[in-house]
Amino acid sequence: MSIVETNILIVGGGPAGMAAALAASSKTDASVTLVDDNPRLGGQIWRAELGKTKSEDAANLIAAIDSKKIDLVTNAQVFAASTPNTLKAETSTGAVEFQYEKLILATGARERFLPFPGWTLPGVFGAGGLQALVKGGLKVENKRIVVAGTGPLLLVVAESLKSKGARVLAIAEQTPASKLNKFGLSLWRYPSKVKQGIALKARILDIPYLTDTWVTHCTSPRVSKGETRTLNDSPLLTRRLSHLGSVTLSQKGKLRSIDCDYLAIGFHLIPNTELASILGCQITNSFVSVDEFQQTTCENVFCAGEPTGIGGVEASLVEGKIAGFAATGQFEEARNLFRQREKTRRFGEALNKTFALRDELKTLADSETLVCRCEDVSFGPLKSFDSWRTAKLQTRCGMGPCQGRICGAATEFLFAWTVGAARPPIFPVKLENL
Amino acid sequence: MPAITINKTLISVEPGTTVAVAILNAGVDHFRTSVSGSERGPLCGMGICFECRVTINGITNLRSCTLLAENGMEVTTSEPPA
Repeated sequence: MSIVETNILIVGGGPAGMAAALAASSKTDASVTLVDDNPRLGGQIWRAELGKTKSEDAANLIAAIDSKKIDLVTNAQVFAASTPNTLKAETSTGAVEFQYEKLILATGARERFLPFPGWTLPGVFGAGGLQALVKGGLKVENKRIVVAGTGPLLLVVAESLKSKGARVLAIAEQTPASKLNKFGLSLWRYPSKVKQGIALKARILDIPYLTDTWVTHCTSPRVSKGETRTLNDSPLLTRRLSHLGSVTLSQKGKLRSIDCDYLAIGFHLIPNTELASILGCQITNSFVSVDEFQQTTCENVFCAGEPTGIGGVEASLVEGKIAGFAATGQFEEARNLFRQREKTRRFGEALNKTFALRDELKTLADSETLVCRCEDVSFGPLKSFDSWRTAKLQTRCGMGPCQGRICGAATEFLFAWTVGAARPPIFPVKLENL
Repeated sequence: MPAITINKTLISVEPGTTVAVAILNAGVDHFRTSVSGSERGPLCGMGICFECRVTINGITNLRSCTLLAENGMEVTTSEPPA
């Protein structure tokens, strides 16, 4: 196992992590190390396309990081914190132990998924999930795609799919129009957001944007059992035809079905707090608690960006800066950013209020619908339990390789369960790396 | 152009393509078989959900969405669960 010693360790190479690294490195005597599980910096929002960074903001930050004395460790998945002031990560060449004085968590967010009949069919992707695959080179030209769920991400995803030649048939947003309009009117405080929003909307004016609309279920094309299709004239690339064929929407109370190739569906974002959890940081209502300097309840551990509250890229950048300054004792510089942070947080709060989930989404799963996709635990047996812990003990819900990252968030919404603290290793790792 | 085999069929891929994408672009969307026998493909695209697990060069259960396709990789999809 190799050992890396550093003054400041930052986990996560998205906007918050990069901003934190730059702020920390402005104090010349501090050694700064940034670790990320992806091959390239940028996080999810600025994920590289076929290895190239497309966003100008991201490219500028990455260039600034390259010009500073910041050690980068990419393709490394942090999985445990076995002793104080150390973290362990798995890389393709073995385990690495990081020894730090101060730690900044910038672990970002993931999409929330909710179960409905047919959601496990191949061809059903997360909204951000499909976008990530497209950035990884997925060809979507002429594919018929429905984008659904909730949140501003749906518009961004629809636009990016359209720009790659996909036929986006509809955007189904569960939030009512009245709430969206109120949100739109509240944006006057954020002129740059308005400009962005208008420009984005202009590029997808031809895509029906359906409010008060959600996916009730989806089905696969009717085929006789065991039928296969040969692809690329190779008998080895065959598939049984169990994949997405059509999506049914509830639109202002009426059901309508749309034939499509892909469904991209996500219900806003939830924070990645597993690492904060195993470190013992206090987590309140699913988010990491921090003080005005982004410090968690653990001394020497700071947290910035989405894990402290879903607020988008600007919030992540300013919180990252504050954490980077505070972790290196530059409190004056940090304090100068408080007002800016207040503004970005307000935006985040407005976002979360606007895109709050409606109760009808709790009624989509039938008793056979799988809730836990790793262990194949369905809704029927789960609803008789009164807590995450009991359900886990009795049904193995949340005990598969994703460790409850998908079904945990779903059951929080469906049954109002509280998912327990994470346990190391927070990702499955090879035995030899433990 | 790197080339990988997917279920013993040689497929060339653009540099920077992830294994999950190479599989989807080849027209295969059944990545793994779940514990109760249903077919699954990628969901989250970012290494969280573990639905895109495949066998690469004999190593089972690797998340194909987090790995870049490298020349000579041998990928097998939809093996029965261990």
